[in-house]
Amino acid sequence: METLGSLADGFAVALTWQNLMLALIGCFLGTIIGALPGLGPSNGVAILIPLAFTLGLPATPALILLTSVYYGAMYGGRISSILLNIPGDEPALMTTLDGHPMAKAGKAGEALAISGLASFIGAFFATWGLVFLAPQLVKVALLFGPAEYFALFVLAFATLGGIASRNQAKAALAAVIGLGIATIGVDGQTGVPRFSFGEVHLYDGIDFLVAIVGLFALSEVFIFLEHRAGSGADDKVVKVGRIVPPWKMVRSTIPAMGRSTVFGFIAGVLPGAGASLGSFIAYTFEKRISDRKGTFGKGDPRGVAAPEAGNNSAAGGALVPMLALGVPGSGTTAVLLAMLLALNITPGPLLFQQNPDVVWGLIAALFIGNIMLLAMNLPLVSLFVRVLLIPTRYLMPAVAMISFVGIYGISGSTFDLVVMVAFGVMGWVLRKLDVPLVPIILGVLLGDQMEKNLRRAMTIHDGDWTMLFNSWLAIGLWTFAIVGFVLPLLVGRYFRPKIADEPVAEGADPD
Amino acid sequence: MSDRIFGVFGFLLAAFYLWQATQIELSFISDPFGPKAFPYMIGTVLAISSTVIMIKPDTEPEWPTFARLFEIGVATAVMIAYALFLKEYGFVVCTAIAASYLSWRLGSHPLSAIIAGVLIAVGIYVIFHLVLGLSLARGPWGF
Repeated sequence: METLGSLADGFAVALTWQNLMLALIGCFLGTIIGALPGLGPSNGVAILIPLAFTLGLPATPALILLTSVYYGAMYGGRISSILLNIPGDEPALMTTLDGHPMAKAGKAGEALAISGLASFIGAFFATWGLVFLAPQLVKVALLFGPAEYFALFVLAFATLGGIASRNQAKAALAAVIGLGIATIGVDGQTGVPRFSFGEVHLYDGIDFLVAIVGLFALSEVFIFLEHRAGSGADDKVVKVGRIVPPWKMVRSTIPAMGRSTVFGFIAGVLPGAGASLGSFIAYTFEKRISDRKGTFGKGDPRGVAAPEAGNNSAAGGALVPMLALGVPGSGTTAVLLAMLLALNITPGPLLFQQNPDVVWGLIAALFIGNIMLLAMNLPLVSLFVRVLLIPTRYLMPAVAMISFVGIYGISGSTFDLVVMVAFGVMGWVLRKLDVPLVPIILGVLLGDQMEKNLRRAMTIHDGDWTMLFNSWLAIGLWTFAIVGFVLPLLVGRYFRPKIADEPVAEGADPD
Repeated sequence: MSDRIFGVFGFLLAAFYLWQATQIELSFISDPFGPKAFPYMIGTVLAISSTVIMIKPDTEPEWPTFARLFEIGVATAVMIAYALFLKEYGFVVCTAIAASYLSWRLGSHPLSAIIAGVLIAVGIYVIFHLVLGLSLARGPWGF
């Protein structure tokens, strides 16, 4: 009941005209970003963080704007999946399987409506899950000491490498590259410069926003330059047709939506598994449970409903560990963590105690954004479809330039811009080599905290290593971390999406 | 082959990083762990994972042809030049040129690329500077 009281306070924070306007703008922008091929939740939000930051919005409104964009992008990803057979982002990959066949059969409008409804149901119930689960997790997190936190960070990297990537060695390499970047600059505890080579600009370290925008947004521009995807969408758009599905079709998909919401939420809460895995699991289970006539893959509405409910519900579930522990489990939540850190908010159990208005205002904004998205997506879908007609040869230059504007706005420093370009090139090379970018971002974001907790633990115990494994909680976290990293190696490919093993993901948005 | 080269590169990077970590000067106040230990751990994991990549490479990625690589190289140079000239010539001019170039290389007709570049630059200037009040680089002409 206490929780519901906090939620009511949250609605009081979120229901101002300014915040409602921001949520509306965020949802609209987000849907467009999600719909555009090549832009998805992580790089869309990445480009907008520096802008929201330099516009000087206070914490809560900025959060509301950006999380609306995040949810909106999760909605929008399905549009290009269904109409063009090109997933706007990786989680929308599974939606192409049944969505595009439906569109080809002249039922594009119905597929869009069903998927919009499924997105709403997934996200709506996942937000309820967040409301009730996050405070419970906070209670556990309050028992954590520095040693447990260090173990938790290791766990986040281990499961991300083990479950969500194709090659554990490359994921580990990516994580330590990120952590290594985080060590650049003056050491916070002793005040000595590290890895700065006497360069004054490096004394402050490398701003994580520079790294994120470079790795996610600019590398995308390079990918497009490489393939010169100039023509693309223009001629392939399918007619939308009627946008109100018959009630019978809606009713037949409701059980699928319900099951997928549960699976997606669980997948989202687990560390290392983001929305992509959520939609994959939801689709696979749904296929196993209800595909009696072999209609899946040929345009079954349930095959559209399941992955969409799954990925939106996973997106909500992924917010649980991010808000309650400060440890994101996927690419998009890593970007959201970056947003919180940029606003000088450190998520974790203390956030719930010290800034309940921020947390509950945000959660209330998620509910509001969801309803807005449903209201916006059903009637306006043909407007969003038109966005797909913008050719990438005009879109990508604009994306690059807006990235520059955002980073320039933070510091006004030429050096940062050059570093961002360097990150863009690095991101492109690493994508070609199939090295996941998300662990790098996570390393850059968490490196400082990770080292601080390790050294704090050592200071408390006077440098005794064994004290890292001193409590049952810590041992449990370490065990989970090792199992999460090693088990996928042994069990092989069972846990991972088969489709994600193909190199389609190269050009796709990470998670 | 690419992965093996990448592994060697990662290993050299680890060696360089570890060497730089030994060069960190200690200050007179320090915690029992010190500023060096965490970098040592990072360097070690980097070395191990690079070795694994070297020994067990993935399938070869599809590298673009030399012409495409050159394309990316030139685009990088344009972006760096953009960063360096931004303060000198102002936001609108630099952005128009850089955006036109990118649009042209992504397959637009030169004329429509120039129009797109100018529109992008002016559009960003109007929305972000005039409407939202973000500070952009001012050139000699005040924009």
